[in-house]
Order: sequence, then C-alpha cells, then structure tokens
Amino acid sequence: MSRALRFVPLAVLLLFVAAVAWRISVPADPKVTSKLIGQPLPAFHLAAMVPGKPSLASSDFAGGGPRVINVFASWCVPCVAEAPLLLELSRRGIPIDAIAVRDRPEDVAAFLDSHGDPFQRIGSDPESRVQLALGSSGVPETFIVDGQGIIRYQHMGPITPNDLPQMLAQWEQVQ
Amino acid sequence: MIAELGLGALWMAAALAVLQLALACGLGGEQGRSLRTIRSVAIAQGLLTALSFGALVWLFLDSDMSVKLVAANSHSQKPWIYKFAGTWGNHEGSMLLWVMVLALAGAVIASLERRIDEPTLGATLGAQAALALGFFTFLLLASNPFERLDPAPIDGRGLNPLLQDPGLAFHPPTLYLGYVGLSVAFSLAVGGLIRGEVGPSIARAMRPWVLAAWILLTIGITAGSYWAYYELGWGGWWFWDPVENASLMPWLAATALLHSVNVLAARGGLRAWTMMLALVAFSMSMVGTFLVRSGILTSVHSFAVDPARGSFILALLAIYIGGALTLFALRIAHVREGAPFEVVSREGGLVANNLILSVILGIVFVGTLYPLLAEALSGEKLSVGPPYFDSVASPLALVLAALMMIAPQLRWRRDRQPLLRRAAPGVLVAVTVLVATLLLAPDIGWLPRLGLAVAAGLVPASLQPLVGRSLRRTPLATWGMALAHLGVAVAILGMASDSAFTRETLSAARPGERINVGPWIVDFQGVRPIAGTNWTAIEAELRASKGGGVAVLHPQSRFFSEPPTTTNEAAIDSSWNGQLYAVLGERDEAGRWQIRLWWKPFVTLIWLGGGMIALGGLLALLGRLFRERRQRIRGEEAFA
Repeated sequence: MSRALRFVPLAVLLLFVAAVAWRISVPADPKVTSKLIGQPLPAFHLAAMVPGKPSLASSDFAGGGPRVINVFASWCVPCVAEAPLLLELSRRGIPIDAIAVRDRPEDVAAFLDSHGDPFQRIGSDPESRVQLALGSSGVPETFIVDGQGIIRYQHMGPITPNDLPQMLAQWEQVQ
Repeated sequence: MIAELGLGALWMAAALAVLQLALACGLGGEQGRSLRTIRSVAIAQGLLTALSFGALVWLFLDSDMSVKLVAANSHSQKPWIYKFAGTWGNHEGSMLLWVMVLALAGAVIASLERRIDEPTLGATLGAQAALALGFFTFLLLASNPFERLDPAPIDGRGLNPLLQDPGLAFHPPTLYLGYVGLSVAFSLAVGGLIRGEVGPSIARAMRPWVLAAWILLTIGITAGSYWAYYELGWGGWWFWDPVENASLMPWLAATALLHSVNVLAARGGLRAWTMMLALVAFSMSMVGTFLVRSGILTSVHSFAVDPARGSFILALLAIYIGGALTLFALRIAHVREGAPFEVVSREGGLVANNLILSVILGIVFVGTLYPLLAEALSGEKLSVGPPYFDSVASPLALVLAALMMIAPQLRWRRDRQPLLRRAAPGVLVAVTVLVATLLLAPDIGWLPRLGLAVAAGLVPASLQPLVGRSLRRTPLATWGMALAHLGVAVAILGMASDSAFTRETLSAARPGERINVGPWIVDFQGVRPIAGTNWTAIEAELRASKGGGVAVLHPQSRFFSEPPTTTNEAAIDSSWNGQLYAVLGERDEAGRWQIRLWWKPFVTLIWLGGGMIALGGLLALLGRLFRERRQRIRGEEAFA
C-alpha cells in the first residue's frame, strides 16, 4: 500500500468532521412552517361543534377584520395548558375561532366548561381534513388570518406565556 | 432510589474503564498478573453497566414519572412492552444501551479470549476501555438518563406512535448489538497494530465477532426494511433514507471484512486490507449512530439536534476514528504482507469482492453526506434520493452477484483448472432466464431484467460448492456460505421482480365500487371507526378476489392522541406468488375515499433472502465455534 494511499481514510474522516462541525455551528432552520403562509385560507365549511355556537367556514374570514383560528381538541393535554392564554388574548379583544379535531360535542362542552371559552365560533373537523388542509400537523396550533382571508402567521404547539409578546406583535402587524 | 442506584453503577463502571485503560497503558514487567487484573476489571465494568441499564428498564416498567427521561418518553397507559421498548426509544436510553453492549462485549473478550498473545489482548482491552470511557463521559456529563424531575408530572408524554410496533421494539437493540460487536473487531485491530501482531491469530479472534455482528446487522436491516414496508404505508422496501444508510454502511464494510478476515485466518494474506476494514466497519457504526442520533441529516427518524451533545459525540468520533486511522497509516508499513497469490484464485476473488463492496460503501457514504457538503460549500439545499443510489449502486451489486457465481469455487493461491466448466450451470440458467424475459416481458427495464438473470444463475452456482462431496462431512461453514449466497440470489430475485412487475393503482372510490390491480378485483365494502388500546382509527374493508379465493383486507388510518399523530396501517395479503398491499388515504369533499393498491409479485423473496443470509451466517458461526472447541479439546488431550 503506497504511502499517500494510507492517509486517504484519515482525509475522508477529516472532511466528514469538518462538514458536520459546520452543520453544528450553523444549524439548519428547524422551523417547519405551513406552505400556506401568505396564501388564502383553503375553502372549507365545518358543521357547528356545540349547540348554541355558530359553525365555521372559510367565508367567515373574507371582508371582516383579522381573526385568530385555534386548532384544538378536548383530549389534547397541551390544549389545557394553553387555555388561559387564549382567554387572555380574547380578553384583549382579539376574536378567536376554533377548529375542534376528532372530537365529540359533549367532550368539547365539558372542556369549555372547565377551562374557559374564548371562542366565537367552533367548527367540527371529525377527520382532521381541514386541519391537514391548513398545513397543521398536530394540536394545538394557532393561525392569524388577515381581513382578506390570507394566513399571516402560524404558531405550532401550545402558546406559552413566553410566546404571548410574539403573538401580540404579529397581531399588531396584520391590523 | 433505583435511579440513584443506576447512576452510581454508571459512575463506578466509568471509573473502572479509567483503571482498565491505565493498567493497559502501564502493562510492563509483571505482564501475567496485570493482565489477570485487566480481565477482572473489564468483567466488573460490563456487569456494572448492565446493572445501570437494568435500573433504567425498571424505571420505565414502573412508570416512575419523577425521572425526566421516563416522563418525556413514556405514559402510564401504554402497553408494558412499549414501556420496556421506551427505555431505548430515546436519545439517553439508546446511548446507555450502546455503552452497555460495548462494556459487555469487553467483558466477554476479557473472559473468553485465548487465541491471541497476552500483550496484544492487553492492548485490545485497553482500546475497548478507551472506547467505553468516551461514551461513559458523554452519558454522565451531557446526557444523564437518570436525571430527576421536580415536581414529578402526573403522567408522561408518550412514545412516538410510529415506534409503537412490536417489531420495532426489538429492531434498535438488534442493530446496536451488531454495531457494537464490530467494536471488538476495531479494538482487536488497534491492539494488533499497536503490538505489530497482525496475523492469523488476530483474524481467528476477530472472526466470530465479525460474524455475529454481521448476522445481527443482517437481521436488523431485513427487519427494518420490512417494517418500513408495512408501517410507513408508502409501498416501498428501501428508501435510501439516511437512517437506512446508517445501518447499510457498516453492513457493507462488515461483509467485506467477513470475507477478508477468512483470507487472513486461512492464508495469512490481506493483512492491511483486513485491519483497514475492521477500523472502517466500526467507524461506520459510529458515524451512522451519530448521524441518526444528532439529527444532522433530515430523516424520518431524526431525534432533535442538540449542538452541545452533537459536538461532544463528534469530538469522540474524531478522536477514536482519527486516532485509529493515524495508527493504521503509521504502523501498517511494519506489517508484512502474507502469502502471495495469483489473480485467478480464491484470494483474488475475495479481493474483488472487497473492492466492489468498498466502492458501493463509498457511493452510499458520498450520497448520504453530499447534501451536507453541498450546502456547506455553496449554500445550496438539495437532496440525494433513490435515483442516484439505484442507478449507481445496483449495477455494481449485479457485478458482485455475477462474481459470486464463480469465486466461491476457486482454489486458494492459484487456480489453473478451466473456469468455464465450473461456471457452466450458473451461466446456462442466467442466459435462459435472460432470453425468457426478453420473450415474455419485453417492456421491463434492463436493470431488473439483468437482476432476474444474474440472480437465477446464482441459485445453482451457490449450491455447487456442496456438489460432489459427502454432505455429512461438509463443514458447517461451507453449508453456511452456500445458504447465505443462495439467500443473496433469492433477495435479488425479489428486488428485481418487485421493480419489474409491480402494478399500482390510486383511486378515489365510494363504498360499493370496484377497483382492478394486476390480477386482482377489489371490492370496496365501506369504512367504519374502531378503537384500540391507545388509538382510534378509520378502517376500510376491501374484498379482493383473484380466480377462486377471496381475501379480506382492513387498511386503517390510525390516530394516536399522545402525542397527536396519524399513521397509516397498510393491510397486506400474502400468497405464494406475491403480496397485495392496500393503504387507506383521506376522504375528499365528495365523500370518496382515496385507496392505493399495489400488486407486488414475489416481493416476499427480499426478506426471505435476508433471513437465509442471516441463517447462513449463523451456520458458519456455529461451525467455526464447534470446530475450535473440538480442536481445543483435541489439543488438550494431546497435551495430557
């Protein structure tokens, strides 16, 4: 085995280490966002989830002011943690609608009774079809939609107290 | 208390690894005595690490939510088998499993190895302790699996539903045993290079470890491929995902090593190559594990990126592999090459095998890392997918398979017998199949066509080493080789048949409608909701008929609540000549369901072949171990 050839594996290793060290120091953008940001809401019409609360359709978002859509479910534990923050947003005058995913009316009603009800309309999405059309992969997720029905912001996972300033700043922007 | 016990055992094992390394470095005058000490230290280190892992298993089975790792990865409602598997279904637990297998492997060589001289064994155990020490340090400083959580949550966060499958529960440990088994070959090579003792005795010591590791890797890869096939619902069996490549690369290196280690053991040849492959095989295990666990490459199974942990493991990897490769470059000139041989000989065939496998390994390595390199150099994001790997690796794999038709029949050192007569049965079958496919299936691509022909030719060629000898006197290792090579032929037949003859349809159907795929007529009966232990699902009923029999398939779209995830459970009907594969998709606005159907003739041969390869390896391993035992007993008798 010739002298230079003996060092080839070492050189390959150094190249590998250099490339990986670069990736560790310059991390790839890990945020997965919906491709629909900046796009109009997909057309949908969802039946009412609980008695006494209106149903939800994409047409509700055209022509009015900006609104927030919260994708949630009564069986979702992080949604419980998020509930007080949604109440806080609603207390500040932000209109919030909800899409309840794979849920039953009595469970949703019980959830709203015990964790508060910040929602103006709740649509029932029993097979997650609208959720997936929105580019949402889990519950909870929150979208800000502007007055023209264009999706402007997507928040994945529960809103925590740390996320509140960011939510409000985004809300100011679409005003 | 259990968590503290586990952590304490881990600290003690780490301390013993330091001691073991120090003893190995200072191995001087009183060789005999300190080697005895090193042996017992290595055994104690292995047992303590196993105790530590046992403690973690206990915590998971007990759903002790005051331990951070359990709370983050388990859930009290989960079936016990997944609680158990949850132990290694996460970063910290899998690293602890890794280090346990490493330490136990060290304990086993320490207690059983008698083939190599004592200074070389001392150096080998030193290398094994150095490897273990790095991973102990990593666990203790950067990813402690026993960290407590205060206050303890009421319940845990669950386990990725994709991983909730009994096959998958035992898939990672199988691969890990394989990966880490190669660590022993690595340590033996390091020990041999340090001592300048690279010869048949090292090869004989290495061989059972390489064989065992290779068998486990083969089983792991075959099972992983079948898991991806039925669980991910995309109808394929190999995606060239970085994680799949992470297990394929060490397998390729181990396959090459398995063949060259035989040359070293039997003929004293290929010394430099064998040492190189021993270093590369374990390096690929480390690189693979690093890539999977660091999330550096985008993959279905990536765990989160953590720069601190990533840099730690990268540093370990650079030190160990870099150190070993430097040692190799500096010392290999002092290793004499073994007995000479001619090009047409068993050795020549095995060199060709090594070269082709190494080139395939290089291709997979480059393809896996190219996106990262390209982005580092030009900022461009791209991905390398099946088209590259298929078009570059498959022709080489066919060349290798063609070589397998003749190489195992060659003699050691030089072969002057006419080759053609021995190659005749295989070539005849291959040509017949080639002509038959041209006549019967003129539309299929050239690669699958050649695949069918070469694989068919390999069937009689694999059995030829058994022909004309007394079958009862034939060594078990020869039976193993024939079976493993036959397995390769069977697997290639499955792959080629799948790519040549698969039929696929995607349709949107209402209940009551009828879909045709290949020879099947499938009636869509309807859907219904069903519930399982920790999931709910929509399930379709499909009645598939072909000629006489009727098969009923129930593909599901399954939904897990903790954490919320949807998975597609494919439904598969197997018959002797193939599989009907069904996936239920979504419902559209008009109330039609997406149904995807595949008819895959002889696809099962892929996994049957994988199983035969592993079984062949097992026969060879048992054959070697029995023979060594007999020789030892005979030696002892002669001595007495």
